[in-house]
Amino acid sequence: MHFFSDHYNIILVIITTIMLGLSCGMVGPFLVLRKEALISDAMTHSTLPGLGVGFLLALSMGLNGGRFLPFLLLCSGITALLGALSVRWIINRTRLSQDVAIASVMSSFYGLGLVILSIIQSLETGNRAGLNSFLLGQVSGLTQQDLFMLTGIATLVLLLGIYNFKALRLLCFDPINAEFLGISKTKTENILLFLMISVICAGLKTVGLILILALLIIPPITARLWTDRSEVMFALSCAIAALACVNGVVVSGFFYDLPTGAIIVLSCAGFLFASLILSPIRRIINAQ
Amino acid sequence: MNIFMPLIVKDLSCRYAGQHDDVLSNVSFVANSGEIIGVLGPNGAGKSTLIKGVLDLIPHEGEVKFFGGALKDHKTKIAYIPQRSSIDWQFPVSALDVCLMGMYPRIGLLKRITKANREEAMSYLEQVKLADYARKQIGSLSGGQQQRVFMARALAQDADLLFLDEPMAGIDQTTQDLLFTLFKDLKAKGKTILIVHHHLQSAKEHFDRILLINKILISDGPPNETLSQENLAAVYGGITA
Repeated sequence: MHFFSDHYNIILVIITTIMLGLSCGMVGPFLVLRKEALISDAMTHSTLPGLGVGFLLALSMGLNGGRFLPFLLLCSGITALLGALSVRWIINRTRLSQDVAIASVMSSFYGLGLVILSIIQSLETGNRAGLNSFLLGQVSGLTQQDLFMLTGIATLVLLLGIYNFKALRLLCFDPINAEFLGISKTKTENILLFLMISVICAGLKTVGLILILALLIIPPITARLWTDRSEVMFALSCAIAALACVNGVVVSGFFYDLPTGAIIVLSCAGFLFASLILSPIRRIINAQ
Repeated sequence: MNIFMPLIVKDLSCRYAGQHDDVLSNVSFVANSGEIIGVLGPNGAGKSTLIKGVLDLIPHEGEVKFFGGALKDHKTKIAYIPQRSSIDWQFPVSALDVCLMGMYPRIGLLKRITKANREEAMSYLEQVKLADYARKQIGSLSGGQQQRVFMARALAQDADLLFLDEPMAGIDQTTQDLLFTLFKDLKAKGKTILIVHHHLQSAKEHFDRILLINKILISDGPPNETLSQENLAAVYGGITA
């Protein structure tokens, strides 16, 4: 565990992790309230081909054997956007429903990603060991620059979310009336899309693309079990996600050699389970 | 108040994606300031479609003018209260939160909500007799109270043109009376109100004008004229409940 031998690095990792948790906890409730949880599933799976392409690009330019985080995040962000746009296009242009559109887009992009990863594996210079950590999540291996960059993205997401809170909440609650109440629907939808892509990409390395959906969805629904007020729901969601992230990093880093993403998601699930039993707002569970 | 006609609709036709026939064809009408207009017709006549088409919420053909201009230039002067079923009542907002949304255009979306804003919003909730329920989550309110929350939001918005889709559906008599009284107050202030409605008797009592529709505009005029036995028989097939 030489990675944690340096105190400065530990503090940096913890700060980054907390910020990532807070930003996921901030964006997640919008997805849940807008009933777009599954679109984010399509987006997370669509990051895989982007990771592959980013790796190949960096490799061809001789950057860190392909494992150059800015390229990986940028390319995965682009394919996540393509995934989201594909789902939207299918829904708008055909009579197919959202669930089938999501299922087809998600599996197609993921399949494409697996093909690109196999190609990378077969290259003599390619070492996809670094890419595997994006599937299940791992904190070690991040450089100080990576940590600064992730903290920066997370801070930006958090500030944008807080700054646009009223508009985003209105978009989720009453999209039909959004324009009549003075918000630009398209602009607000694009902000939300940007926030989704940013947290998904920033969280990829720590949580892994398969499990990041859980970090977006479980904290808000857990928070919802404790409050009827959206401001409190967002704050609780941030707190739960941040705690789960710190827990995942500490447990997987210090004590055992367990995958970080899985511990984070299990921590979230623990909060949810406890809340289902203890929550005062039982009627939400009973009603559905 | 605006010197232009609040609403002019010319040859409005609406058709849903993948369907061959228009749900609504060539509807033309105008709405004056200080007028309460009822939209009546049987199920599937296109009453809700008319409102959605006018508000550009669904694809449509024809020309619609708001206060002499385009919709985009007068959006915040328009309030739309959709059918109850289209709202997520589990959403974590209180009656006060929803009412405050009506003030967003004035507060500004990036500014914080102040105590003065809250007090103003409370005054609208008082007008619909919901002040005691301000902090309640909207799903915990009764149907009539929920309808009044959205009415309070329309008041907060100070809209000049109101569209309500079946506001009286499944609502107790007390709330119905309260809403009709509010409509009259708004009318006195020169506001224009379009209401999709089902009940013929209360339509006769409370509306200045009625648009009777059944895929096309059958009749447009004062209740006594539009709701003639002849028209009703043509539209409802003799069933005039």
